[in-house]
Amino acid sequence: MIRSTYLPLLITLATFVLAYALCASAYPAMLSFRVVANLLTDNAFLGIAAVGMTFVILSGGIDLSIGSVIAFTGVFLAVILRDTGLHPLVAFALVLALTTGFGAAMGATIHYLEMPPFIVTLAGMFLARGAAYVLSTESVPITHEFYDTLQDMYWKIDGARFRLIGLVMVLTFVVGIITAHRTRFGQNVYALGGGEQTARLMGVPIAATTIGIYAVSGGLAGLSGIVFSLYTSAGYSLATVGVELDAIAAVVIGGTLLTGGYGFVAGTFFGILIMGLIQTYIVFDGTLSSWWTKIVIGGLLFAFILLQKGLTWAAEKRAAQARLRTATGSAALS
Amino acid sequence: MSTPSAGPRPSVFKRILPQLVILAVALALNVVVFPDFFHIDFRNGRLFGNLIDVLNRGAPVALLCIGMTLVIATKGIDLSVGAVMAIAGAVAASMVVEGHGWGTALLAAMAAGGLCGLWNGFLVAVLRIQPIVATLVLMVAGRGIAQLVTEGKILTFDNAGLIHLGAGTVAGVPTPILIWIALGALVTFVVRRTALGMLIEAIGINERSSRLAGINSRVLLVCVYLVSGLCAALAGVIVAADIKGADANNAGLWLELDAILAVVIGGNSLLGGRFSIVASLIGALIIQSVNSVILLSGLPPEFNLVIKALLILGILVIQSPRIGNYVYMLRASDIQPQPDRPKPIDHQEKEAAR
Repeated sequence: MIRSTYLPLLITLATFVLAYALCASAYPAMLSFRVVANLLTDNAFLGIAAVGMTFVILSGGIDLSIGSVIAFTGVFLAVILRDTGLHPLVAFALVLALTTGFGAAMGATIHYLEMPPFIVTLAGMFLARGAAYVLSTESVPITHEFYDTLQDMYWKIDGARFRLIGLVMVLTFVVGIITAHRTRFGQNVYALGGGEQTARLMGVPIAATTIGIYAVSGGLAGLSGIVFSLYTSAGYSLATVGVELDAIAAVVIGGTLLTGGYGFVAGTFFGILIMGLIQTYIVFDGTLSSWWTKIVIGGLLFAFILLQKGLTWAAEKRAAQARLRTATGSAALS
Repeated sequence: MSTPSAGPRPSVFKRILPQLVILAVALALNVVVFPDFFHIDFRNGRLFGNLIDVLNRGAPVALLCIGMTLVIATKGIDLSVGAVMAIAGAVAASMVVEGHGWGTALLAAMAAGGLCGLWNGFLVAVLRIQPIVATLVLMVAGRGIAQLVTEGKILTFDNAGLIHLGAGTVAGVPTPILIWIALGALVTFVVRRTALGMLIEAIGINERSSRLAGINSRVLLVCVYLVSGLCAALAGVIVAADIKGADANNAGLWLELDAILAVVIGGNSLLGGRFSIVASLIGALIIQSVNSVILLSGLPPEFNLVIKALLILGILVIQSPRIGNYVYMLRASDIQPQPDRPKPIDHQEKEAAR
């Protein structure tokens, strides 16, 4: 039998394959490289942010600030490149340091003030969005030759353009998967999600891990903002409203348990692709309105939450039966 | 926040004192930036003035935070209220556009909101899904549903009865103010004059023990989310009536966060338990007063969010268990040590000992 740990991931994968098969049977053109390339490019910023969100949710927390941080990053880059002569690479480093520090500060607030992550990151969301507004309320275009160079970097396969930002997303996922499963930090995140008390007794450095998790989420939101600015060539303080919800949805559809402790970064990747697929299907169909995306994603979200609930129930039932068996067994012995 | 006194229940005034002080400060700031703030006119059979505006514009958040307070008291949270507002506004607008009366439209909108509340309650109480996730489903899908109802358009209407709910007056007072005060009083009366409020608090403090004590927590939880849905529906109708149209994309956008903020400013713990609807309502007024300060002072509205964020952070720090402990320590060290007084627990000391 398949271990129940992998079951949500497998179901996500099966959903993706099934969804793609359904789409392809309706529109054979969806099998083309071009669609795949666009799927990666269009969801690059969301995917990168969702990797950070996966770590946060694995640890049993939540980060509502990422949409605002993405918008702030975009506006910050646009304003810096407009008003100063800094090279974009310097600006990238600056903004990454800023967003990582911002995330770390939220993590420190959550840990040291013992406040729920939900409300702390909510304050962070207001703060980042507000900072973006203060920088500029209008959409600021980015015109820098370095941006053009980056945007012109793509690999052509069969007329499909695999762009740089899609590659950045895939790389982020690879690094995220390795970090989650092959490093001390990753193990600490899982341990923290399993239960703070237990993790502390196991010797997990709670403070450093919590701060690290939110720093990673903030930093990846910054990277996502850079990618988003490459994607749109502009910084706009009203952009990417509600992206945190899309990221949470992708993580859940990817099979990560919202109570923390169980899940895979790889699952989030397929969660992103499933959501992208729904959008692509609606574009292909042309008669369905775009609001169906939200309803279908909401429905999928519900289905996966139910699935998680069912698996947890089954596991608890098994554990209870096992307890009962050992109890009767020891009674028989004595 | 207040230390429990020897009596059975500390007085309501003592409970809401910190909120009243913050509100007074916020209103005083309004006067500083705009000396005529408290000036109220009676023109064309309607009260005019900045204070009236604060009460009027605060109505949607005030309505939302009535339901939200009850939900948070059960250790839950309702993220879907903004989306439910959009659905209710859309339903009300489409009903009057189809030629129904405003009463029917209001009832239909309330029914839609109630249905959304029941759905949330079902997920939380029966399927035992954690509230933040359960209500996230409707938050994501709700606006899509509202779009389906309005068929993607901004539905405008000119039904006098419905518009009256959002923009009209009764005896010179704008209707929204009367609605939120009346609903707040009604719900407070119901939960405080019966045992309901105490039962809701019991669920928030420890659901399992409340169930063992014989409380039907399942039904109560569903009811609490139902009330939240109904409050959101009413707020949605008022917002739609105010702009004479239902905008599925923007109606109630981010108001769930304002409502949660109002409840938190009201001194209610997000971890459930003791609650005060009056304090939450004052919290809603504080938010609106701060908005008003920013508007009247001529500061660019861009600063609105930053100031709001700093406000939340300040309140968070004050409410933090760690800080509370620290203040308690300071106070305890001022008082002469009494032999029968238990030593306050110090987390850091405990950790150091470990």
